[in-house]
Amino acid sequence: MNYVNIISIFAENKPGKLEKITEVLAKENINILGFSIISVKDFGVIKFLVDMPEKAYQKFKEKGFTVAKVPAIGIELEDKPGGLYQVVKLISSKNINIESALVYVAETRKKAYFVFEVEDLEKAWEALKNEKVKFLKPSDFIKE
Amino acid sequence: MEKKYYNPEIELLPREELKNLQLKKLQKIVRKVYNKVPHYRKKFKELGIKPEDLKSLEDFKNFPFTTKDDLFVDYPFGLLAEPLEKAVRLHTSSGTTGKPKAIFFSKKDIWAQAKLIARALFMSGATSQDILQNSMTYGLFTGALVMHYGAELLGILIIPAGPGNTERQIELMKTFGTTCIHMTPSYALYVATLIQEKGLKPGKDIKLKRAYLGAEPYSEETRKKIEEMLKVDVFNCYGLSEMGGPGVGFECPAKRGLHIWEDAFYVEIVNPDTGEPVKEGEIGELVLTTLDRTTMPIIRYRTRDLTRFIYEPCPCGRTHIRIERPLGRADDMFIVRGVNIFPQQIESVLMGIKGVAQNYQIILEGYDEMIVKVEINRDFFDGRIERLLKLRDEITEELRKAIQVRPKVELVEPGTLPPSEGKAKRVIDRRTL
Repeated sequence: MNYVNIISIFAENKPGKLEKITEVLAKENINILGFSIISVKDFGVIKFLVDMPEKAYQKFKEKGFTVAKVPAIGIELEDKPGGLYQVVKLISSKNINIESALVYVAETRKKAYFVFEVEDLEKAWEALKNEKVKFLKPSDFIKE
Repeated sequence: MEKKYYNPEIELLPREELKNLQLKKLQKIVRKVYNKVPHYRKKFKELGIKPEDLKSLEDFKNFPFTTKDDLFVDYPFGLLAEPLEKAVRLHTSSGTTGKPKAIFFSKKDIWAQAKLIARALFMSGATSQDILQNSMTYGLFTGALVMHYGAELLGILIIPAGPGNTERQIELMKTFGTTCIHMTPSYALYVATLIQEKGLKPGKDIKLKRAYLGAEPYSEETRKKIEEMLKVDVFNCYGLSEMGGPGVGFECPAKRGLHIWEDAFYVEIVNPDTGEPVKEGEIGELVLTTLDRTTMPIIRYRTRDLTRFIYEPCPCGRTHIRIERPLGRADDMFIVRGVNIFPQQIESVLMGIKGVAQNYQIILEGYDEMIVKVEINRDFFDGRIERLLKLRDEITEELRKAIQVRPKVELVEPGTLPPSEGKAKRVIDRRTL
């Protein structure tokens, strides 16, 4: 199965929160490849695709953050109008519900991935694995 | 046949007869305090009530309460209903500030209380073959001495260990084969942890059967933890110096609420704000009257402890009323949208929900808005927001069911609220009225 780990952090909605979180990554020289923020008023979940997910996870844990690793599937997007549409159309045709997603631009104007979380990863993979798309692999970006 | 009850005649007395007995004793006690205690006479007169107005138990709610403040009127001997020479012992209750409450016992009072303890210990299964290590503080505090007399009366071998010096406590348990302990729940946890660390096996190296734990509130989870760690049955006991110390409320083997010996105490539960009796099964402040105390009888004492009656007959067969383990202090109560709420109600809901960590905070603001901040459990977070939203909905709904008010629930990171130990401030009231 081709999947990548998203670093997911629980955060209260308070000024300075995102700053503290990104500071951890900056200090450890961990590169953010993609991120998303989901906020429901008083709290939210901040998600990162990074080049050193294991190190990031450990550092956040050490610093007392409430952190989890969530497996996600990444599919390459074509750089043309309708590129994202094609990918999400494929996902929905398999009846897969996207819980959250982020975009990883691997090479500006050349290569990007749609990285998404689903409720049942294995089921989603089974449905998608034979499709003619390029899946994101950890070896594509991981530096550790 | 094996004796099942220490005093079957009293313990199984049908409720109607128990009530008749209480009325007779109450009539005697109100006469006594009215005639012998100037402060009580004054209080009776202020309410325009006389001892002869007590014709049924129903009438007793018209009689004055005794509060903590009353214990400091004509201090220290003002509430004595007999000459001081009748008193043989003084106990005090640790006031957090200023003078301690002073409670006097006659010989009769001491042995009457001892009998209640003996009855309670026997109820838990203890006999003269048991060895009780008494690790409460001996001295002005009632905890140790009153238990001591009761256990001796039952014929139990007492080890008057007192508190502290845990190494020695464990040595005593090993050497003399202690079967029962009497201590605070927090100390029991401490002792149990040390026993584990030493690699001693409860049930083998240490042969404890029962632990009588009281003097501070603890949860059912703590009870289970101590029971597992020490391989004992934990019995919850409730008492207060003003009512003679331990042995006021005691659990039977059913471990479902504490029996109060109603031949010795008259029990009421009132709304802490209005002083009116609460509706059946509602939480309120426990109010106690001593029925047998000779030297310093106290009527309608506002304990400030919150509980509720358990009305179902107890499987143990005893007819004496049960109360829920005290849920907290009346002083902690707050009112939101006209509903009386105790932090303990919130706490017990939260502790029953998976995904919730130990700490919480209640914030009241605006126009009667109630916000409950809840720390989530670190291991509960799996990175998905859906799970958090579900948790928040579950907490909101469970709280609404328990307190009839729908609070706004905010999930916060673990470790960001003041810890639950000690006297953490649980309720912050910022309402502007």
